[in-house]
Amino acid sequence: MSTFWAQVFSGLVTGGIYASLALALVMIYQATHHVNFAQGEMAMFSTYLAWSLIHAGMPYWFAFVLTVLISFVGGVVIERVIIRPVENAPVLSVVVVFIGLLVIFNSLAGWIYTYSIKSFPSPFPSQPISGFEYISPHGMGAIGVTLVVLVLLYAFFRFTPLGLAMRAAALNPASARLVGIRVGWMLALGWGLAAAIGAVAGMMVAPIVYLDPNMMSGVLLYAFAAALFGGIDSPGGAVLGGFIVGVLENLVGAFVIGNDLKLSLALVLIVGVLVVRPAGLFGRVLVNRV
Amino acid sequence: MQTETTATATATAVPAKLPGARLASWAALALIACALPFLINGYHTFQLTLVLVYSIALLGLNMLTGYNGQISLGHGAFYALGAYTAAILMNSLDVPYWATLPASAALCLVAGFLFGLPALRLEGLYLALATFALGITMPPLLKYKHFDALTGGSQGIVIIKPDPPFGLPISQDQWLYFFTLVITVALFLLARNLLRGRVGRALVAIRDHPVAAEAMGVNSALYKSLTFGVSAMYTGIAGALGAIAVQFVAPDSFDIFLSISFLVGSVIGGISSIAGAVFGGAFIVFVPNIANQISKAAPWAIYGVFLIGFMYLMPGGIVAFLRIAGDRLLRRMRKSSR
Amino acid sequence: MAALLSVSNLEAYYGQTQVLHGLDFSMEEGSITTLLGANGAGKTTTLRALCGMVKTHGEIAFCGERIEQRGTEDIVRLGIAHVPDGRGTFVDLSTEENLRLGGYTRKDRRAAAADMERMYEYFPRLRERRKQQAGTLSGGEQQMLAIARALMLGPRLLLLDEPSFGLAPLIVGQIFDIMRTVNQTEKVAILLVEQNAAMALELADHAYLIETGRIVISGAAEAIRNDDAVRRSYLGY
Repeated sequence: MSTFWAQVFSGLVTGGIYASLALALVMIYQATHHVNFAQGEMAMFSTYLAWSLIHAGMPYWFAFVLTVLISFVGGVVIERVIIRPVENAPVLSVVVVFIGLLVIFNSLAGWIYTYSIKSFPSPFPSQPISGFEYISPHGMGAIGVTLVVLVLLYAFFRFTPLGLAMRAAALNPASARLVGIRVGWMLALGWGLAAAIGAVAGMMVAPIVYLDPNMMSGVLLYAFAAALFGGIDSPGGAVLGGFIVGVLENLVGAFVIGNDLKLSLALVLIVGVLVVRPAGLFGRVLVNRV
Repeated sequence: MQTETTATATATAVPAKLPGARLASWAALALIACALPFLINGYHTFQLTLVLVYSIALLGLNMLTGYNGQISLGHGAFYALGAYTAAILMNSLDVPYWATLPASAALCLVAGFLFGLPALRLEGLYLALATFALGITMPPLLKYKHFDALTGGSQGIVIIKPDPPFGLPISQDQWLYFFTLVITVALFLLARNLLRGRVGRALVAIRDHPVAAEAMGVNSALYKSLTFGVSAMYTGIAGALGAIAVQFVAPDSFDIFLSISFLVGSVIGGISSIAGAVFGGAFIVFVPNIANQISKAAPWAIYGVFLIGFMYLMPGGIVAFLRIAGDRLLRRMRKSSR
Repeated sequence: MAALLSVSNLEAYYGQTQVLHGLDFSMEEGSITTLLGANGAGKTTTLRALCGMVKTHGEIAFCGERIEQRGTEDIVRLGIAHVPDGRGTFVDLSTEENLRLGGYTRKDRRAAAADMERMYEYFPRLRERRKQQAGTLSGGEQQMLAIARALMLGPRLLLLDEPSFGLAPLIVGQIFDIMRTVNQTEKVAILLVEQNAAMALELADHAYLIETGRIVISGAAEAIRNDDAVRRSYLGY
């Protein structure tokens, strides 16, 4: 039974990371109706940046904040420079551009940092806290960080004028323009936020899975599954989906199919959701009338 | 999307309007194709074989993407399926190399059709997601320890290179090249006939005006799944041929980057034409070598820049570009002859 | 005194199709002008052209500044508010959020808040429904919300596209009364596109009749209202 709870708690830890990344995906999807296939690699690259800063002597939380800021700016720049020219292009073209980004980030990381596995520090103490055997301090810290990020984001979108403007731009760009909102810049901001969230997710997951250029591909897949499961246009659904997928992954891996095949759960979930209910748990169901 | 609205994609990038000229250019092409392996060394012949192999795979992908408007980021998985089928049959059951082709074809046709059944519900983006997931999941599946006896686990399977039949006085590389060439031509002709006829028109109708196609009675669900099946079949055959040529299969050769290579080749060669598949195949085989010279550690970064650049400049791919350039040339020639 | 809005040889295109063929008209500050015409005449296109939402040639000057090549967001920030056909409400957001968005570009937060109060006074129904999701409001309430949101901009010119569309006559009357009040107290000029010519001519000072992208009749609203021949042949009543 203790294995069960251990799996559930570690599932919540990774689930929080999936939730963050899924939220980033949903944010971009809501605004652009595109899925950012490069989200994982961008997060991985941000994590490597943090690694460089830490190895140059910067204290952890300094490096953390700086990395988040740099990632934010990077996201904004990528949207304005690379995505904007193909904003209105057919779906295939945009997917190809995303794959191009994925490939560039992956190979840049491999080139600059080599493919050898590196360890990434955790800011949380390594001694397990007595009474909490099922979950490591880093695990608790990671969940804490995830929750803080989610709450901050929620507050931003719900209570600030800029957050409201971003929501408006995503929901109805034409009307948003009519109230003077610069929709293009709202998109760029959305990308910036998504990149920042990705950076946090990467830095939280790296101590667990170790840092290498292919670190995020599995995480990205789970995040896709979580986003689809919760509803690709529902931020709340994405977050809930993330936690559910995390726990499910661990339980299924430990008790049903073994750890080697865990990743195929993501594939099954993705195809399953798309077949049974493409809108996910909380997404909007679109009816296509012929 | 490519603006070809008819399925009559020309099988040559040279817009020759005179029937004599077209025949002549085909004959020249055939001559060159047959003569090449005797003029170059074994390794280069092997590379040419790979170009043919990848062009078959890309033809499969083009069928899906260019003609049917569906996107796949996971065709590497079907390539792997075909490759492993050939390898396992040859290794464990001593099946002769040429017999593995129909087996791989059949298996991938069925697998593709089954994967395509739910795919009929998925448009563009969602299909890309699902196939992306398929592409990422393949290596772990191939490494699964309970299949080890069959698949050779992480070590993979080694295949013995086939000898030329009937004691022909050519090398193994040359024989493999000709064998692959014949299969390639046969598959291309089959595809051409399929795509020029009713099937092709139906596919393009589904791509361009799905609602109208449904209303006209085109059973788009069936066509889409069948298309996915045939597309997977082509890629599976390519996988089998590739495995035989490379003489080796291992899980990590069939990761997501293989699927991405196919996407690259397809995009660059042009997604709506058969000739584009050959250009794309050549790109996939030769560009990494060139890219390595520019930057030894990051050929993929170059790929990425190419991909993005192509989407900005030439969304129709090289063949569309050549056709446009060729048309312009033809117009200029006509003008000057007046 | 320079006209508030002056339009000269305005042409507009949807893709390759030319929809407006050289319109000339102008508006004074605080005036109410109505654009009349049948379906497809180009009335909505004119409003869209003023806001930079379609491809145009020709000259558009607002408060002396040329605006024909500017983007919608910039034109809006200069003081032109547009209530589009279909109302353009943010249906997933609440009534209050819609209003707040109307005031998004206002630098003076306090003035914007004061304006929101004033909007609730013009449209008490909106105050009752301030927390409600805008998409669940009735047609009339959504129209009021759309107008209120536009007024939150503090505009000098309000463009209204078929505010009476799909609404019961009683509600339409209420809305037109409010517009008259707004015009008189806030000194907002109104350019009104309407199919309901009778009500539009009651409200407006000037009127233009557009037919297939050209102005065929222009003049004081009262004169047109009293001209039986024009009314019968062009306006159908």
